[in-house]
Formats: sequence, C-alpha cells, structure tokens
Amino acid sequence: MQIYLPIAEMSVSIWLPLGLGAAVGYLSGLFGVGGGFLLTPLLIFIGVPPPVAVAASANQVVASSVSAVYAHWRKGNVDFKMGAVLLAGGLAGSGFGAYLFAVLKRIGQLDAVIALSYVVILGLIGSLMMTDSIRLLLRSRRPAAAPPPRRRRMNDHPLIRALPLKLRFRKSQLYISALLPIALGFVVGILAAIMGVGAGFMLVPAMIYLLGMPTAVVIGTSLMQIIFVTANVTMLHAISTQTVDLTLVLLLVAGSVIGAQYGVRHGARLRGEQIRGLLAALVLGVAIALATQLVIPPDDAYFLESGLR
Amino acid sequence: MTGGGRILLLLGLLLAMPAAALAQQGRAAATRGPAPADAPLITDLSAHLIAITSSFTGTDLLLFGAIDEPGDIVVVVRGPTSAAVVRRKEPIAGLWLTRRSASFDGVPGFYVVTSSRPLAEIAPSTLLSRLQIGIDSLRFRFTGSGIIEDLPDFRDALIRQKRREGLYQQSVGDVDFLGPKLFRTAISFPATAPVGTYQAEVYLIRDERIIAAQSTPLFIDKQGFEQEVYEFSRAEPAVYGLIAVLVAMLSGWLAAVVFRKN
Repeated sequence: MQIYLPIAEMSVSIWLPLGLGAAVGYLSGLFGVGGGFLLTPLLIFIGVPPPVAVAASANQVVASSVSAVYAHWRKGNVDFKMGAVLLAGGLAGSGFGAYLFAVLKRIGQLDAVIALSYVVILGLIGSLMMTDSIRLLLRSRRPAAAPPPRRRRMNDHPLIRALPLKLRFRKSQLYISALLPIALGFVVGILAAIMGVGAGFMLVPAMIYLLGMPTAVVIGTSLMQIIFVTANVTMLHAISTQTVDLTLVLLLVAGSVIGAQYGVRHGARLRGEQIRGLLAALVLGVAIALATQLVIPPDDAYFLESGLR
Repeated sequence: MTGGGRILLLLGLLLAMPAAALAQQGRAAATRGPAPADAPLITDLSAHLIAITSSFTGTDLLLFGAIDEPGDIVVVVRGPTSAAVVRRKEPIAGLWLTRRSASFDGVPGFYVVTSSRPLAEIAPSTLLSRLQIGIDSLRFRFTGSGIIEDLPDFRDALIRQKRREGLYQQSVGDVDFLGPKLFRTAISFPATAPVGTYQAEVYLIRDERIIAAQSTPLFIDKQGFEQEVYEFSRAEPAVYGLIAVLVAMLSGWLAAVVFRKN
C-alpha cells in the first residue's frame, strides 16, 4: 500500500517508514540513543530529500525518546538534575552550532564537513567503546587473571577536582563541578546542530567515561536531554526550512514507539558492557558504511540538490 | 488504469468526438478564446486537474484531438519552472566530496515531448529551438557567478537526473492515429511531479511549418489532508512545529503507558 508524503512530495510504501521506525525505535530503547544518526541516512537512502530526512528524524526521535524515557523513569533511572545541567549547555551549544552551520553553508563546505564529521566522530567513539567493552568482556570471562589497575576516570584528575561550582548529583552518585556537564552538553549541542541528530551516541559514552556516571542512569538521563534537543531541532526546521513532513513522522513514530518498548525490555536483560559493545558495533558499522560512500567513486559525479521550494 | 478501462474510455471518446467538435466553441473560450469554425486542430485532455491525495502514486492522462489537414503531431507538456542547483563530486585526497556547483533558473519541473516522427525530420532546428521543443532545445538560465567552462556537463547532468526520475520524457511514435483525423497519446505523471500549472501544447506541423497549435492548461494540486498539512506548514510554521513536537511527545507517552499495562 502506497502513501503520498505531502512535504517530501513523493509516494512510498506505507511499510517502509513503519519498519524503519520500528527498527530505530528498538535500538533507541535498547541503547538510550535517539537513533537519528541511523534514521537520517536510511531515509535519504530510500529517496527522501535530505532536509526532510533530517527534520523527520529529529521529530521521530522526540517520540521514541519520550516512550523510552518513561520506562527508565519508572525504574528510577533518570537523573533529572544532571539532565537539566546538560541541557543548559546543550541549548547554548546548539545555538552556536546553528551559527556554524550557516557559516559553513555560506562558504560551500557544509556537505564535506557533515560527511567527514559523521565518519570521524562515529569512527572514533565506536572504536573507543569497542576496545573498552572487549577488554571488559575478556576480563569477566577470565576471573582468575590478576585484576588490572583501576581505570582512572576523567573526573578523578586533580585539575578537574579543582573546578568550582561543585554540585551533588545523588542519582549518579557524583559530586562534581557543574562546569563539566555544561561543557559536555555544549560540545554535543554543537555537533547535534551540525549533524542534525540528537547525538545520544556521543552523549552516552561521554557521560560514562568523562563524567563517570553509572551506565543504568546514563541511558535514562541522556534520553531526557535528547527529547529537548530534538524538540528544539524540530521547531527550528519547521520554521526555517519548513521540511517537517507530518505524514512521514506519524508513520515513523507509530513504528518507533512500539519498537522502543521492546528495546527497553531486552536492554534490561543485558549487562552494561554488553550493551556498550553492541552500541559500539552499531556506531562503527554506520561509520564504515558512510566512509565507504565517501571513498567509492559515485555512479554519477553530479547530483541535483533537492528542489524543495 | 486497466486495459479494459482504457478501451472503454477510447470507445467513449470516439463516440463523443463529433459532439466534442461541436462543443469546441464553448470549451475553447476557456482556453484561447473562440476558435475558427474550420480550426485545423482540436485537442483536449481526459482531465484538467490532477488531485494529489494520500494514495497518489502518479497518473496517466489521455491527450486526444482531431486534425483537419494532414501533417505531423508534436505534443509538449511543460510543468512549472523553478531554480535548480547541480553539484559535482570530485575526489579530494581519495574522498569524494562536493566541490563545484552550478545554479540554473527557468528549469521546468516536468517536461514531456512526444511526436509522430523524429523531431529533426519534422521541423528545422531553429523552430524547435525557438519554441523549446525537445529536451535538447530546453534553455536553462545560468544564475551563478563566474565562468564555468564545463557548464554543458552540469546541464546534461540536470537533464539526466530528471529523466531518471521520469520527470523528463522524450519519445517518438507514441502519438497514435486512429484513421486519418483522430489521434491520441498518453502522458504519464510520476508521483514526484511538482504541483502547479502545466501547459499541454499540441502542434500540427507540415513542410517544416506550423499549421496550427493549441495550448491547454492543466493543474496538479494537493487535495484533502495532504493539502491541509502542506498549507498549514507554510501559513503557520511555528504552530505547525509545535504540533509536530506535541504529537510526537503524546504518542511516545501513550505507547509507553499502553505497554506498561500489558
């Protein structure tokens, strides 16, 4: 059964956005990432014009994150205080990112920067997480081996301990300077605005490795921050590019809210390092797929910029 | 449209043709003013409005007509024009990145030409070029700054892409003659055909001269829910965005609550 998308101005099989939504929703529930970094390339792949794909991904991530955060919130796995501090940095960062976006667009290097930042950032974070979870998994398999020295987390560094504005985050069992999560939110906000995603795949590892939060709390808290960042991105697109396709979004959302529930359930059965290992594999996979596209000569070197009016 | 439907419609058209010729005076008034009673060319479309609804997957229209004098028929359907940007990827340090681009204006979003014989055999290139008949005769205005030496390559790429999407079509011999006077041809519109005002032009050409020409307008428009969504997103973008966010939040929350109970 075909359905016409009024803003994308194209006709697709109704099962395509439903299925994509379900798959991405499942991953978002499992890993606590919004899934925008997967959905945007997939939508473009099925022929949706890139500006519509970015806006629709952001909008559907709002829905899947609300759905997933609810389950985490009921389990008491959301640190609202940490989420609010991250968000403060995130909103400032996405504002600055939007400015950078405009500058890059003016000098004609936007496409290159987007493509390269996807590959570099996904590749970097994916490999970091992969090495770490493989090490953890190996260690848990060989309990007889001598325990390695306790890994120093970033927040143990004396310089970081000396930062002012210390706050107690009870849920995260942390007593750290508020400047850390604000800076993290700011950087992630910049990348989110440029890459057009919620950036949960960057936030989750950063909260674990940089802030030292427990994995269980990280997922719920990052989802909370993602809701607001993607809601902001959706609003910006609705007003400036007018590319939010409600028909497409409703189909994606219908698929994703169901997928997200199964994701959360299955996630509860997995150990923290297993979840991180799977997410690392996924992030690396996307990075490799995107890098391949950059390296392989295209069939047609010319392409038409989507003629959205 | 099914094969049976096509045949029925054709039979109906053949029966209606004398009546259509009589009624031409009235119909012509809507398009080009009263035609002379001995007009050598009379044409019409099976529909003048294509409504895009949620189940729209593209459509076919029948263009039909009658000629009073022998000659070749050329049918041109032009969609609304807009600007277009063609970008070119080039390898930079082994990576295929977008480097150069060319922007054009006056690019029709839809262009179909079909003729009873090859265009070059029917009319001189000056005539084809002047009336922009044939994809090769289309003139796009380059709107960028500076000089692009390989501008024709960008133009060809634009046409190549439009042809791939079925938005530009050129064919020979798709005009069916039913006896010496009646002709018909099917025009197919893909789902990506842009909304707006189209012109269906029919030329009767003999001895490299245009004997008669007729132009009929055609509209493609969104209807129902599709139209409302589209117009609302343009008229009240902030409210539209807010609704999009709230709908997403509500459905996410609803699904979570429903699943918890199970």
